[in-house]
Amino acid sequence: MKSVAFRTCPITGLRVSADAEALIKANAVAATVALLTGGIAAIMVLLTRWQAVHLLPAEWFYRILTVHGMTMLIFFILFFEMGVLYFAGAVMLNSRVATPRVGWAAFWLMVVGALVTEWTMWTGRADVLLSSYVPLRAHPAFYLGVILFAVGALIVVAVFFATLVVAKREHTYEGSLPLVTYGAVTAAIIAVITLGQGAAIYIPTFFWSLGMMKVDPEIYRLLWWGLGHSSQQINVAVMVSIWYLLGALTVGAVVLNEKISRSAFVLYTLFISIAAAHHLLVDPGLSPAWKIVNTSYFMYLAVLASMIHGFTVPAGIELGQRLRGYTHGMFDWLRRAPWGDPGFSSLIFSIIVFGFVGGITGVTFGTEQISIIAHNTLRVPGHFHATVVSGTAMAFMGVTYYVIPLIFRKQIAFWPLARIQPYLFAGGMLVFSLAMTFAGTFGVPRRHWDISFSAAPFDVQFNPAVDLLLGVMALGGLTAAVGGGIYILVTVWSVFFGKPLEAGEASHVHVRNPVGYSEPTPPLPAS
Amino acid sequence: MNTHTGMESPRGIWWKPAHKTEKMWVAIAFGWCMVLFAMMPIWHLKGGQNPSGIRHRTNPQAYFARAQEFINTYKVGEDHGIPVVAPPPGSDVYLVAMSWRWMPVLRLREGVEYTLHLSSLDVNHGFSLYPVNANFQVVPGYDYGLRITPTEAGDYRITCNEFCGIGHHTMVGRVIVTGEDDSTDVAEVTR
Repeated sequence: MKSVAFRTCPITGLRVSADAEALIKANAVAATVALLTGGIAAIMVLLTRWQAVHLLPAEWFYRILTVHGMTMLIFFILFFEMGVLYFAGAVMLNSRVATPRVGWAAFWLMVVGALVTEWTMWTGRADVLLSSYVPLRAHPAFYLGVILFAVGALIVVAVFFATLVVAKREHTYEGSLPLVTYGAVTAAIIAVITLGQGAAIYIPTFFWSLGMMKVDPEIYRLLWWGLGHSSQQINVAVMVSIWYLLGALTVGAVVLNEKISRSAFVLYTLFISIAAAHHLLVDPGLSPAWKIVNTSYFMYLAVLASMIHGFTVPAGIELGQRLRGYTHGMFDWLRRAPWGDPGFSSLIFSIIVFGFVGGITGVTFGTEQISIIAHNTLRVPGHFHATVVSGTAMAFMGVTYYVIPLIFRKQIAFWPLARIQPYLFAGGMLVFSLAMTFAGTFGVPRRHWDISFSAAPFDVQFNPAVDLLLGVMALGGLTAAVGGGIYILVTVWSVFFGKPLEAGEASHVHVRNPVGYSEPTPPLPAS
Repeated sequence: MNTHTGMESPRGIWWKPAHKTEKMWVAIAFGWCMVLFAMMPIWHLKGGQNPSGIRHRTNPQAYFARAQEFINTYKVGEDHGIPVVAPPPGSDVYLVAMSWRWMPVLRLREGVEYTLHLSSLDVNHGFSLYPVNANFQVVPGYDYGLRITPTEAGDYRITCNEFCGIGHHTMVGRVIVTGEDDSTDVAEVTR
């Protein structure tokens, strides 16, 4: 076997391979570029939906909205998740990356795919929004870019699985997989199912865009949501893994019971694929029985999994804190938690906003009757900004504050700003999501340039409360944008212009000696 | 009780019984999920408003021809160049979605059941009744027949809430619901 360069992390004791480190860095940089692009698009969309400003002309509004959706939900999130897979696979298991060259090829395939799709969107060749419902037609390169990107992601998932095999065979860890890695495995399994459904719809649609075959609009919606919703389940599985990871890093949170937490992850893999039916509750092509079975039976057992994690993660934090001596009274552990550590505050906000706002809105919309009053109104983006932005993206931001010192080995720049970043981002997104949700209850549509309907044949006058709510939405959104801007400033500055951490030098964030790490990492066999 | 974190490999046998607080939470969560599970079919059977309807495959030409026949039969006027149609109680009502308008303008009676057919001639559209806030997906090639009963007289709007191209935000239709013994002249109502 050829030799692989490793270093031992002085803080966690993990053996980090040079390949894993480089691949994590590359994917993190790509994710940040996507976040910046999608974030600028977000501000433009926000300032247009805020009817008082109404920034963009109609054509550019729909174009930039397409860019915002694709760049954030697909490119940013998936690049970040690829980084997480390298971390949870190679780094956490003290292993080498199974095939770094294939990993790099996949990375560049994803970059090319993303650039091709971005090109079609920015040049007005794909004003079809994220969902690109057939027969709304985009340039063939739009679909091709998505396919290349997805193939790249699938290859990274394969490299992750191969790395698990390598780690097991080379005995780089003892016992079972750590829970964080186990969560990443469930995300990877869901990714295979999801990308399979993605291939089943994007490949025919690519040929349809070339005029070579037909695609039924309802079948498109069915399969597209098999991709579109299941991919959110990848995000959830990765996010929950990061909750366990951040709990461990920030306060040494313990796993209450491996059996319960792992069973909950298994529920995700079993029950989520067809649960995408809740997007189709008010669609013409499907029977009520099909809708009910797929949205109740399949969805609620996946909801159960989130309910379990929503208990075990905070309880693990409490127990970790108590073991560390914060035993005075009922809430000493919470009061004296490291609230100034952006990793910890991100974790708490991610759990609370995802669970209480995102979870409750999502589960209620997934019923036939409420879908009638919520479908395609602003309640829908109100819901998923609480899940995927305040939940997933917030958790990703939180873990970045540990990736910078541990993987990039840089001191975190602008530390006072970094400390308040989660408060601005999560607080802003919370106000934004709630205002959007309430505006949606008045029937205000999502994906709409002009709710004053100035060019329509008949007048429509929404309740004046809507103007107020959209103003509040803008306030929340802009606050979150400041938080997002600080995140990008802090990460980019730290990584490219930041002060390298000297050996033994303390970083701003502290890994709070996880209880289990009293034992040294087992030595590796000579290879 | 475990004392290791999620970053560490559990050693030995970790398939152990959970603590009673954790078991209790799982039981509560599972019970709640079963309540939700039961409510889906119960609401479908007992609820007053469901998205189920008659479902047909169709094609844009056939649907448009049927709608045109409907319009010609019951047309009572025009509004902004769009035909106004007053179908008899209990009849099948055909609404056409196309980029970027809803056709025809419907004049319905309060308290009477109709079967409202929705389909599109081109791309996906979103039927959104204002100010009631009832929303349905309109998909080309599919005829969605919803049984509706207007419960309150008034002047309603249909907006489009599925992105359908550059004119999406101008796509507004109209439904007039007249009282049960309202003999108002249509021309008057439609301006």
